[in-house]
Amino acid sequence: MAAADDLKFQEFDDAANLLAANPDATTISIDEPVEIPKNQHSRQQEPGREEDDELLGTDDSDKTELLAGQKKSAPFWTFEYYQTFFDVDTYQVLDRIKGSVFPVPGKNFVRLYIRSNPDLYGPFWICATLVFTIAVSGNLSNFFIHLGKPTYHYVPEFRKVSIAATTIYAYAWLVPLALWGFLMWRNSKVMNIVSYSFLEIVCVYGYSLFIYIPTAILWIIPQKVVRWVLVVFSLCLSGSVLVMTFWPAVRDDNRRIALATVGTILLLHALLAVGCLAYFFDAPELDFPAPIIPAHNGTTVTTKSH
Amino acid sequence: MAAVEGSGAGGTLFPGLADVSISQDIPVEGEITVPVGSHSPDEDYSTLDEPVRDTIMRDLKAVGKKFVHVMYPRKSSALLRDWDLWGPLVLCVSLALMLQGGSADSKDDGGPQFAEVFVIIWFGAVVITLNSKLLGGTISFFQSLCVLGYCVLPLTVAMLVCRLVLLAGAGTISFIIRLIVVVAMFGWSTLASTAFLADSQPPNRKALVVYPIFLFYFVISWMILTFTPQ
Repeated sequence: MAAADDLKFQEFDDAANLLAANPDATTISIDEPVEIPKNQHSRQQEPGREEDDELLGTDDSDKTELLAGQKKSAPFWTFEYYQTFFDVDTYQVLDRIKGSVFPVPGKNFVRLYIRSNPDLYGPFWICATLVFTIAVSGNLSNFFIHLGKPTYHYVPEFRKVSIAATTIYAYAWLVPLALWGFLMWRNSKVMNIVSYSFLEIVCVYGYSLFIYIPTAILWIIPQKVVRWVLVVFSLCLSGSVLVMTFWPAVRDDNRRIALATVGTILLLHALLAVGCLAYFFDAPELDFPAPIIPAHNGTTVTTKSH
Repeated sequence: MAAVEGSGAGGTLFPGLADVSISQDIPVEGEITVPVGSHSPDEDYSTLDEPVRDTIMRDLKAVGKKFVHVMYPRKSSALLRDWDLWGPLVLCVSLALMLQGGSADSKDDGGPQFAEVFVIIWFGAVVITLNSKLLGGTISFFQSLCVLGYCVLPLTVAMLVCRLVLLAGAGTISFIIRLIVVVAMFGWSTLASTAFLADSQPPNRKALVVYPIFLFYFVISWMILTFTPQ
């Protein structure tokens, strides 16, 4: 009887230990739903309410600090350190791309998809694809626009590739750096509940550029209206991803600074799109029918002579 | 007893452990030979004494055998095991040379310069290799460079065909022929390199590794297709 009681007590102890140990085991694995009842409960609340989103951010940000400390433990001069930034599977990258193209209103891209596992694969290869897509599409569109002219001789315009590469990689890496520095500075003055690491910001910017790849391909169509509609459409989609990510981070700050920050983010994003359109794609020319003008002058002269 | 066993078996089973002894009384002597994994025929004789022609012919034959492996990709490990970078260098230089002589109104608008082609091929191959290693691939750095470089061979053949077709004329028909040839060779290059490299990747990340290879050969194909002579 005493032995049975001892056994019972040990089983209970083991179960408790297992339950305490389990969350750690599952949260290290990358995309499993977290088994802690507290987090499950908070995820099942309505996503529309911003306080819950913020609370979700609180729980996750506490845990993400811990997880970030646990994962990247290799010193920065070893190869394994950089391997932690490429710890994604195919379906995860596809999910993140899908989340950047179809933004769900009220859901935060970083919290929903990145979840303390920022990767450098997406940003790097999306930027590389975008560079070559813009260069190739620009070249093709210029070819089709100038096709009928007798004086036109096709040139590959290879220098534009290096210009495109400089622009897009500078945008995808320097703007997140500036934004991260700015957010850190404001964080020291006003205690924000939600804060992002530099890699998470790079990740959001990298994945938000994905929508420009099909946009650049569609820019081959030599119609001004079509091109500008595409610009506005893609700007809305990727801009909304950025706004929904960064609004919770600056919301608690001074109203003007928060609005100025989000406005600057959107403005730079729009500048990139419009700048690429203007530089790499020649304007489609419109034809005016020529004979109308001399006839009009002729009739005016004859009437005046009377 | 252990020391006696050690010295008794040292000559046959464990030559490297011949000098390990537990007892300090028994002196130990013998040769330490570390068993090498593969016993390649090069170690049978010194290659310094052979005529230069033999050395060059051996390397040329190795390069030629790899060319054949690329044109008919099968699951052979010759490309992976004995990597060399002669083939990729020859292919890269010949491709870059053939891409010269394009027309340009100003220097800025023309095709890629020699250095640009060189940098794109080598820098692109290095980045793809780093990418596959960072994603957890088991292939070594130079093996991957070797495979990516050798698989440029179909595209070099396409460039040669394109230049020959352009000698005949630069109209629409020649463009269609060039397009078909370049697309076919692009597919061949990508499939050949994927066949060699895909096995060394973790299974749930294969697409992540194959896509940069696709992009790399697409850029080279684009440079070949848009080549316009003066």
